[in-house]
Amino acid sequence: MQATSESDVIKLQEGFKAQALTPKQLVWRRFLRHKMAVVGVVLIIILVLYSFGGAFVFSEADANYTETSIRLSPPSAEHPFGTDTVGRDILARTIYGGQISLLIGLSAVIVEVIVGVLIGAIAGYYGGWIDGLLMRFTEAMFNIPQLFLLLVMAKFFGSKIPTIDVGNREFSGSVIVIIVIIGITSWMYLARIVRANFLSLKEREFVLAAHTTGTSNLSIIFQHILPNSIAPIIVSGTLSVANAIISEAYISFLGLGVQPPTATWGNMLEGAYNYIDSAPWMWIFPGTLIVLTVLSINFVGDGLRDALDPHALVEAK
Amino acid sequence: MQPILELQNLEVNFHTLDGVVHAVNGVSYSVAAGKTLGVVGESGCGKSVSVLSVMRLIPDPPGKIKQGKILFHGEDLLEYDDKRMESIRGSEIAMVFQDPMTSLNPVLTIGKQLTEGMMVHQGISRKEATDRAIDLLTLVGIPNPAERISDYPHQFSGGMRQRAMIAMALSCSPEILIADEPTTALDVTIQAQIVELTKSLQERLGMAVVWITHDLGVVADLADDVVVMYAGYIVEEADVFQIYENPLHPYTLSLLKSLPRVDRRDQNKRLATIPGFPPGGLTVLPGCPFAPRCSFTVERCMHENPQLLPFEADHKVACWVDVSTGRER
Repeated sequence: MQATSESDVIKLQEGFKAQALTPKQLVWRRFLRHKMAVVGVVLIIILVLYSFGGAFVFSEADANYTETSIRLSPPSAEHPFGTDTVGRDILARTIYGGQISLLIGLSAVIVEVIVGVLIGAIAGYYGGWIDGLLMRFTEAMFNIPQLFLLLVMAKFFGSKIPTIDVGNREFSGSVIVIIVIIGITSWMYLARIVRANFLSLKEREFVLAAHTTGTSNLSIIFQHILPNSIAPIIVSGTLSVANAIISEAYISFLGLGVQPPTATWGNMLEGAYNYIDSAPWMWIFPGTLIVLTVLSINFVGDGLRDALDPHALVEAK
Repeated sequence: MQPILELQNLEVNFHTLDGVVHAVNGVSYSVAAGKTLGVVGESGCGKSVSVLSVMRLIPDPPGKIKQGKILFHGEDLLEYDDKRMESIRGSEIAMVFQDPMTSLNPVLTIGKQLTEGMMVHQGISRKEATDRAIDLLTLVGIPNPAERISDYPHQFSGGMRQRAMIAMALSCSPEILIADEPTTALDVTIQAQIVELTKSLQERLGMAVVWITHDLGVVADLADDVVVMYAGYIVEEADVFQIYENPLHPYTLSLLKSLPRVDRRDQNKRLATIPGFPPGGLTVLPGCPFAPRCSFTVERCMHENPQLLPFEADHKVACWVDVSTGRER
């Protein structure tokens, strides 16, 4: 049977058409091939459930309740992870500490991405003296050792911000300080990646074509070029979450980070320092949680890097 | 008839590290509403630069519009500020580029790219813009537009992408459509379709078209008037019949000779070619820029550059030599 009109032809062929994958589905399929990344995602989900679901079992008062008579008791039925130097339950503290650590990791990266993308995009797109100025500033930031900057800023701002209430919970103001400090000391790599991307993308013909339709510079930057460089931003951002969690642990361990009684995995380690031999449960549990989180985030970042790379070889199986 | 777009003595330079590149040297042409102007010449003759100047999209630095006027409805576009220029681009003057493979943003859907201009310039809602976009895709002959509108550019073939680009250019019903070698990257059948499409759309919408090409065959089919450019100069300007019937410049003559003809079957003869290449942008010849490659060259050509002067009414040429006799005029 031969069709006579265009609509007939379309109708006849329609039934036999295989649906093509959208770019999002493609990325998802490639991601699923990366077994370690899938394991990472599952682990992260479990860790998030642990930290935020655990809050329904223990109240924050439990986590901060001190009872010096049972200080440094090893894991038991009543305190599965043992107790710390002032008799607080370590299980409850890892739950509430996890919330803060994960929160710091995510929020610091949001700060980092906003600053890094803005600076990188503007420098790369406009070029000329704007680029020169912003990149010299970026290099200057690079030249100050991040740890040093973290410590100085933590010490300087740490004590100045009062505690804040969010909902029914009280946060040490140092949480906000740490988020901002980690964010503004880690955007430089991202800014360079974004700038390099913009430098090559802005010369592409579709940008010229966007100019000819009267699109404004801002809309070209954010709606036309930025979506083209979203892949490296996502990958770099994901990996930065792990770095931010480690940085937080680092400064909290040195006693300059989030101040007790607000628990974080990092400042739990601080108290454990003097009892490495005699009370190993004090560092094993928060330490393991940090390692697991950072590892799984890195696996996910790796998987995303492969999934978002349009040149990645994917064999159809 | 009052021209809708008029270039007056436009001169564009690029200041590179090697020196100043004279891309366009005092070019004037105009096009009236509903008419088509063909701009022909080899690669690197300043065709694209002259139309990019109209859009004010010459990269600056290194490019600079040194002098001249670009009159749109009698107003000089070069005096507009950036905001005003943005509102003209796309809505009143639209452009289609050479390579449809690279002029569409690979990460945005066709629909998103089509509707954006309309939403910016006409302030209509996304819903209305989408409806119009579907109409436009139908107009340019894309089957199943309601479904294809959510496709990404890589799901379109080359010809379909160029149709989508044309749809995008037409989206705000511009008064002028500038087409910068829109068919060069396409095969001959698609090329013919695009030319036919442009002709029918122009008839329906009454816009002026500036069509840049180095294919004289396309020009014969499409243009009302023709400008021949060489090394940043206009060397001949006439209506399309005069150019083909009575070419006055040796360059036009050579271009026509290098066209394969269907109506002549000289199978043993090779096509005529023009020896060499156009002078590079840094070369400034004292005489006529075409002289070194010209077969009519006389003494005067080597040290004096001829002006573009009227030969007959509506037929201008810049040459010292009368090609019918081979002697200096």
